[in-house]
Amino acid sequence: MKIELKNICKTFNKQSNTINNLDMTINDGEFVALVGPSGCGKSTTMLMIAGIYKPTSGNLYFDGQLVNDLEPKDRNIGMVFQSYALYPHMTVLDNIAFPLKQQKVPKEERYERAKNAADMVHLGHLLDRKPSQLSGGQQQRVALARAIVKKPKVLLLDEPMSNLDARLKIEMREEISRIQKELGITAIMVTHDQEEAMTTADRVAIMKEGELIQYSSPMELYNRPKNYFVAQFIGNPPMNFLKSQLAVKDGKCQFYINDTTVDLNNHLPKIKSHNSIKDIYAGIRPYDLKLGQKGDITLDGVVSLVEPTGHSKMVNVKVGDDRIRFFADPLQKIERGSKITLTASISSIHLFDCESGENLTAETIGEGQDNKLVINS
Amino acid sequence: MKKSKFLINGMRKHSLPWLMLAPFLILIVIFFFLPIILIAVNAFTDMDSALQWTFNGIDNFKKMLLDPNMPEILKNTFIYVFFTLAINVLFGLVLGLLTSYFIQKESVGLLFRTIWMLPRISPPVVYVLLWLWFFDPSPYGILNSLRALVDLPPGEWLSSNPKTAIVLANGMIGASFGMIIFSSAIKSIPENLFQAAKVDGASQWSIIQDIIIPAIRWPLMFVTMWQLLSLLTSYEYILLLTGGGPMVESEVLSLYSYHKAFESFEYGYGSAVSLVLVVIALGFSAIIWKVFGMKKMMGTSRVE
Repeated sequence: MKIELKNICKTFNKQSNTINNLDMTINDGEFVALVGPSGCGKSTTMLMIAGIYKPTSGNLYFDGQLVNDLEPKDRNIGMVFQSYALYPHMTVLDNIAFPLKQQKVPKEERYERAKNAADMVHLGHLLDRKPSQLSGGQQQRVALARAIVKKPKVLLLDEPMSNLDARLKIEMREEISRIQKELGITAIMVTHDQEEAMTTADRVAIMKEGELIQYSSPMELYNRPKNYFVAQFIGNPPMNFLKSQLAVKDGKCQFYINDTTVDLNNHLPKIKSHNSIKDIYAGIRPYDLKLGQKGDITLDGVVSLVEPTGHSKMVNVKVGDDRIRFFADPLQKIERGSKITLTASISSIHLFDCESGENLTAETIGEGQDNKLVINS
Repeated sequence: MKKSKFLINGMRKHSLPWLMLAPFLILIVIFFFLPIILIAVNAFTDMDSALQWTFNGIDNFKKMLLDPNMPEILKNTFIYVFFTLAINVLFGLVLGLLTSYFIQKESVGLLFRTIWMLPRISPPVVYVLLWLWFFDPSPYGILNSLRALVDLPPGEWLSSNPKTAIVLANGMIGASFGMIIFSSAIKSIPENLFQAAKVDGASQWSIIQDIIIPAIRWPLMFVTMWQLLSLLTSYEYILLLTGGGPMVESEVLSLYSYHKAFESFEYGYGSAVSLVLVVIALGFSAIIWKVFGMKKMMGTSRVE
């Protein structure tokens, strides 16, 4: 089902809008993640799609049909809550069958379908238990089975994995992706974990203070963050930022990092004035930094921390007043306090305006980077 | 030798808790245990206004069996307790649902609850006075004035329907107890459960039946038991409203014991009636304890 949000506003008190003029389209069969820091309005947006909240203004369409005033029970949606919200006095089977009971499905068929849904999430052996007798991961599966049992047109997931431990998270992430693909269902997931969003969703919507900042595919978000906020939010470990200055003079562009002057030659940033100096952040992903001096720019620094992660070593380096991270080969001998030189290619550098946060990097800089990233990851 | 030392040590170890508990324990013994023991002893005497303890064996109980008023009083007690309890619990539940689930705005719900609590904080005499005014046999009584509006003749309600009157008066005031307990229990149900039920397509009726009632099962049992026991032994509203009359038409067991002891000054006989009441109440407690598994309820908090 295609979901369209047109100019949606939501206000809880009169002073400020929780959601401000939200425009968004979710295509049929798409998996969309709403991400952002807490209080950004992502849960509110989801609850409006569920029909639990009503938008203050603006319109919400399901397949082109206006559903603003449709009750949740008439929207044909399934939802997984952060706390799972299982009915504590019902068995697992009754919990899963509850939506079907509301649709007046005959008892036999109801339990048959509930069992099928339970099998889909590998819960077949726990049907007679009460929710309090289940582990967090199992409760999560019950909630998921209950959400899909009535074959809804939309699956809503509100922070579905925030109560699970790291290992279970990865397992459930795959499970949810698999079920979504199997059913071909339109799904929307709210999360504050960018990694979760990147790995599961077809498209990610980044929200901040009730506004949609960027809405694109995970790779696009990673490679072409629209602004500083997106850049520092997406990617784990986060992007490194170095304070720097951008100078434009007679159509020529230069910026300075750490005593090095970098000519931007052909890569003219999106900048209007022709003679100016601007404070900027130069952003480089930890994966794009290498030891050595062969690249377009070089950075000298002192190692302040080495964290082995198994397949590589994450190294904290102090460059001037900034701290940056990069990944080194696990066999490489790097010691705390030693001086090292790092290098990066100019195409991997993102420039952000310090004031507005806007990404100043011209499109051309990003080119060719996609290929490189595929190799890296 | 060793044992006594152990005992003294134990006493010393626990002396502070005992000291802290002492005032409470003394009060319990004086005001809860002693009366029951006194009643139990009194029930086997023929004490009257002369306040002489003369033991007469089971004469009082024989007298009770032959008392011509007894069948009617027992029947009244049953009717009164059953219907008042029904109003207490069901109406209390309706009020709880209304003020905490259907009225989502806390300030409005609180206002309604406060209004329903007013009879509780006003003296019983004032409360009963309002009911007396309501049922007044003159054409100026509230009920009769209302009937006059639709051209119905006035009626003498308290003498024609005394049982209905006492059930209504007690039911209304008792409902506020259930209302308070139930609304706080309903408030403690996680909001997510309601949202989940709505998303799952549940109707209002189904939410009440499948989510709210099971969640407040323990408070429901508690209120039922509590009200049952207090209705068995309380009589002040009946005394003030009908005095048990006309004749013994609205007389219940607890009121009968009061009448025998403090109006006919048959302390011995009154105590025997009370003792029967105590035994009945204990019996009911035991049954409820067993049937509803109260032990589980008393254990840990059970508002799920």
